[in-house]
Amino acid sequence: MRLAIVAAMSEPAIIAEGLAKRFDDVVAVDGIDFAVARGGVTALLGGNGAGKTTTIGMLLGLVTPSAGRIEVLGTDMLRHRHRVLGRLNFSSPYVDLPLRLTVGQNLRVYAELYGMRDAKAAVALVADRLRIAELLKRRTGSLSAGQKTRVALAKALINLPELLLLDEPTASLDPDSAGWIRDVLTAYQRDSGATILLASHNMAEVEVLADDVIMLGQGRIVDRGAPAELVQRFGRRNLEEVFLDIARGRERGLGAAE
Amino acid sequence: MSVPVLERHTPAFSLRRVFALVRRYLYLLRGSWPRIVELAYWPTVQMLMWGFLTQFLASHSSFIAQAFGILLAGVLLWDVLFRGQIGLSISFLEEMWSRNLGHLFVSPLRPVEMIGSLVTISLLRTLIGAVPTSLFAMVFFDFSVYSMGLALVAFFFNLIFLGWAMGLAISGMVLRLGLGAESLAWAAVFALAPISGIYYPIATLPEWLQVVAWCLPSAYVFEGMRALLIDGVFDGALMLRALALNLVYFVLGALVFLRCFEAARNRALLLQIGE
Repeated sequence: MRLAIVAAMSEPAIIAEGLAKRFDDVVAVDGIDFAVARGGVTALLGGNGAGKTTTIGMLLGLVTPSAGRIEVLGTDMLRHRHRVLGRLNFSSPYVDLPLRLTVGQNLRVYAELYGMRDAKAAVALVADRLRIAELLKRRTGSLSAGQKTRVALAKALINLPELLLLDEPTASLDPDSAGWIRDVLTAYQRDSGATILLASHNMAEVEVLADDVIMLGQGRIVDRGAPAELVQRFGRRNLEEVFLDIARGRERGLGAAE
Repeated sequence: MSVPVLERHTPAFSLRRVFALVRRYLYLLRGSWPRIVELAYWPTVQMLMWGFLTQFLASHSSFIAQAFGILLAGVLLWDVLFRGQIGLSISFLEEMWSRNLGHLFVSPLRPVEMIGSLVTISLLRTLIGAVPTSLFAMVFFDFSVYSMGLALVAFFFNLIFLGWAMGLAISGMVLRLGLGAESLAWAAVFALAPISGIYYPIATLPEWLQVVAWCLPSAYVFEGMRALLIDGVFDGALMLRALALNLVYFVLGALVFLRCFEAARNRALLLQIGE
């Protein structure tokens, strides 16, 4: 099933201009500019405190920027975010679903919050896609970490989002489960033409999933490009080495000489 | 499965979203019978204690004997205010305890729709507690709060309205200040008890405190309740004054909630709050 989002392919899914967030004396995001093309997978990479989660929070409307402009799917997020929230979704290990509700109850509530005309059908569709049909009657709090991640992703796909923002989508998963989640995301992106923006510490994952990488450091964009381009530009063997160069303050080109 | 079945609709204000969140709170209640029993347990215990005390006093006081139901009605109606506030605040705290606010406010749910859900679930929780307790009062003490007729509806809604106003303001403050301030949800309403005239007339209070008391809708309700039970007179003017005050307080409570919500967005609290 392909969503009707092809028409606006030329317009970026996300535009951020001069985006900044300051908490008292701490600058979390320092006036960044970027655009995310529709229909691709873009990764936000950076160490702890680089500003990834704050940036995603601002893009989602959960965090008010100190300065700047955000446009998501052609809508000004600072003025009219409710017009577009139904067309995007997100998942984060830092935000839970109610643990005392069953998986089916949680998904039903979110299907209705997202205004899906047939909430039961929407739950059945994501349950099938994420292979969680047998978990629907279990309490969310009784699930393993891997099962919770699958359920969180099911919630993130419940409204067939045109834009999916994922904060560390495979955190705390074993390699097999993480690989399976990546396959689901790839299939969803391919089938729906949706845009995915993900923040991750897992460099191998980013190399597999993303076709565009935005490197963040201390709230600023340090570099940007396709994973292979970045690896080549920094003269490293993989994205993890590039990440370490940036995290440790070694600028472009210096890594190859060390 | 065809696309139209899953089509989204996102109106500016949606009763469907309000009831989707009410559904979430009902799932929570339904999933735990102790929670349901608890809603009726404390009001019933209070009612029994005050009922037996009233029976004792009635045999020693002609005033109490003439207006046997005053204390019992006071207990039952006070619980409406208490349960109204706590029912709203606890439902909101559930979202904070479960770290669910981030998911909720990334969905099309608007803060005013959440207020609608909280008010609805508070009403349901209050009724679940109040109705069995009132029936127990009939069984144990042959006292029917329903004998007050339509006046009971005016008393009930004026009290629960005040509970909602307080609940919204408290929920906003806990969101802004963090779960360390959650004791506000349990304790704040008791500050109103001594000056609401639940068990004694407002005239009993020192004069300066009477001025404060008359700023509370609850004072008008309990004076109205006494006028009805002692003199058999329903004073509609008292209820209208209570309603006018309630409208002001409800708007203030909602504004505090919405301002605190914006402050929480500004400080990135919606992504961080949890147990």
